[in-house]
Amino acid sequence: MSTVATNQQTGFVGKASNYLDERTSISGAVKEFGRKIFPDHWSFLLGEVALYSFVIILLSGSFLTFFFQASMDVVTYTGSYVPLKGIEMSAAMSSTLDISFDLRGGLLMRQIHHWAALLFVAAIGLHMLRVFFTGAFRKPRELNWSIGFVLFVLAMAEGFTGYSLPDDLLSGNGLRIIDGMVNAVPVVGTWITFLLFGGEFPGSDIVGRLYTLHILLLPAILLIFIVLHLMFVIIHKHTQYPGPGKTENNVVGFPILPVYAAKAGGFFFIVFGVVALMASLVTINPIWVYGPYDPSPVSAGTQPDWYIGFADGALRLIPPHLETVWLGYVWSWNILIPILILLVFLAAVFAYPFIEAWVTGDKREHHLLDRPRNAPARTAIGAAGVTFYAVLWAAASSDIIATHFKVTMEGVINTLQILLILGPIIAFAVTKRVCLALQKKDRTMALHGFETGRIVRMPGGEYIEVHQQLDEYDRWKLVSFNDNAPLMLRPNPKGKITGGMRARARLSRWFFEDRIAPVTPTEHALELEQSHH
Amino acid sequence: MRNKTSRSARRSGRRGPLASIVLIALGLAATGGAYVAFSSVSATASIDLSSPAVIDEGSKLFAANCATCHGMQAQGTANGPSLIGVGSAAVDFQVGTGRMPMQAQGPQALKKPVQFTAEQTSALAAYVSSLAPGPSIPTQTQLENGNVSNGGELFRINCAMCHNVAGAGGALTEGKFAPVLKGVAAVHVYEAMLTGPQNMPVFNDLNLTPDEKKDIIAYLAYNEANPSPGGLELGSLGPVSEGLFLWIFGLGSIVALTVWITAKSN
Repeated sequence: MSTVATNQQTGFVGKASNYLDERTSISGAVKEFGRKIFPDHWSFLLGEVALYSFVIILLSGSFLTFFFQASMDVVTYTGSYVPLKGIEMSAAMSSTLDISFDLRGGLLMRQIHHWAALLFVAAIGLHMLRVFFTGAFRKPRELNWSIGFVLFVLAMAEGFTGYSLPDDLLSGNGLRIIDGMVNAVPVVGTWITFLLFGGEFPGSDIVGRLYTLHILLLPAILLIFIVLHLMFVIIHKHTQYPGPGKTENNVVGFPILPVYAAKAGGFFFIVFGVVALMASLVTINPIWVYGPYDPSPVSAGTQPDWYIGFADGALRLIPPHLETVWLGYVWSWNILIPILILLVFLAAVFAYPFIEAWVTGDKREHHLLDRPRNAPARTAIGAAGVTFYAVLWAAASSDIIATHFKVTMEGVINTLQILLILGPIIAFAVTKRVCLALQKKDRTMALHGFETGRIVRMPGGEYIEVHQQLDEYDRWKLVSFNDNAPLMLRPNPKGKITGGMRARARLSRWFFEDRIAPVTPTEHALELEQSHH
Repeated sequence: MRNKTSRSARRSGRRGPLASIVLIALGLAATGGAYVAFSSVSATASIDLSSPAVIDEGSKLFAANCATCHGMQAQGTANGPSLIGVGSAAVDFQVGTGRMPMQAQGPQALKKPVQFTAEQTSALAAYVSSLAPGPSIPTQTQLENGNVSNGGELFRINCAMCHNVAGAGGALTEGKFAPVLKGVAAVHVYEAMLTGPQNMPVFNDLNLTPDEKKDIIAYLAYNEANPSPGGLELGSLGPVSEGLFLWIFGLGSIVALTVWITAKSN
């Protein structure tokens, strides 16, 4: 191949690429990159969806910056939306209304930008779940998990700064909550909000500052981390699901050029199409209904965008009256505890790969993914985490649940408070049992084959159902997984057992004590032999 | 089917093939038209609320339908408040929206199909307003030609915290709620502000002047007549319904497409 690339290129493309190559030696990189193999599975495209949403956000966002004025100067609205005519508002709000009503294609661009932002964070979330439940974060990919986590947090920050920009009623209410949360921080809180807002809330600086964050600082950091994230994907090679012929030392799939690039390129336009369809049919963030920000009104049903919902939910679920006065300060535990819970939750997400690696003592490289059932403890922890998040998330819409399901608000809140504690425990137990049961089923299938439904009467009068052995391809998937055993508690070289080692052994036992061992070839051979007799 | 009809028409030679369809259409139009004409007549029927005959009729209706809870002299009982001084506006709102007579005791009276004709409602209103002076039913001129943008601002400041900024309704404590404002007649909106039904506070004429009430009504009417320029409104519930839509339809279709793209051809 390389010999073809270096000489006698004809046609424009050939000559142009030759010209480029002679000056940049890019052919090496193209060859290396183009021959990267990507396995084909739908769940491997979720990260790509996030990437494409980001590109859509960049494109539509650039358009919006041409017309948006990040200023809180008071103006009188004179645009074409009748119910706001003659109303005083900030230039930010007024220019956003002008984009929506007086700029050709402006409303579509705003809606594309906002829907793509919702999709961006959702795709990241789903991608993270895929990576978590398949164990793709294991060595050597722990660092890439951390980078991905940073991307997730940055995406939420981008979202929050973004929907706060138009300076409408809803965004102002959201900023007021942030202001309240910062104010609750002991000693320095008040100073920080005055610094953030340039004086007493809402001040006249915050929109300009958020704008700088939203269009300059955060996207720049995001872009750097996206590049890092993708570089690591290339360096590590892609993971793959267990299957016939797939091992820790190969990658089975399509090369990037031409197959995968064509698919991925086409997929970008599909994602863009879905976003454009949503944006052209469905209203998002109708700031003209919310009206300009004014600190006095708060609308019923005021919620943040979905990805901040879990934080709002935590504030709604904390029991009231948790305040103490100490050293002349009010300690608002009803705000500090939710903040702490959120930080601990996020920290746990960030640290999970490192915690699992420490507990299991697994130092091997893993390029084959786990089927979720084959890691019951991890899958159960994941289910518990998802439940915890989902309860907080649901709590953010407690009032809407109350009105739409005709139940009382207090009933919804109390139920969710209980679920927040009990839900994860139940989810953990149930998921672990389900995983183990599925593993047992797999084991039976691998050993005895599947039930054919053919009932045979034996000469002695006994009835048996004939089982048929799986073929080798089907069995592969059922038997090729890691058999993790609890760590043995052994003294270190100094002959001592430290507290840390004890904790680790205990955690390891908790992780692996309930397990179903994979069928070994000898076991299978023995079984075959027995069934023949 | 059509063949059969035309064949039978040829045989009898009396009716065209489409005659029965035309007949049904005519019949439906006549019934519907008559209904519309009747209901619009009864809605605009003007009745003198101070005439003794009407008050007397109202008093009988009251004794038969309301007195169980509100008392024979509307003085109130343990099950229902006194109606002395609530005025005709309160009666017209509560009975005219079907909230009264109440179906069952609960956190608040629910809107349901109206139980009385317009004449009966007016008679009840006449009786209750004859007991003591109180807020009266607004005239048509009190409901028209408000200032939409002023109404919007007043709505956001005074009404949105319970009814939602788009009038989509909102939750209150203990199972009570502020209802959706879409589809509520202007006269009922005015009466609600004037009398503060259920858990709603009273917005008297010193709080919101009659002109300001008119503006709020104009704003609601504008929103109802002009659907969202951005497309489907998703119930005007804001980020919650947007998030649900994104996760179910947006991400749902994206995942379906990823499955399609990576599917192996058979």
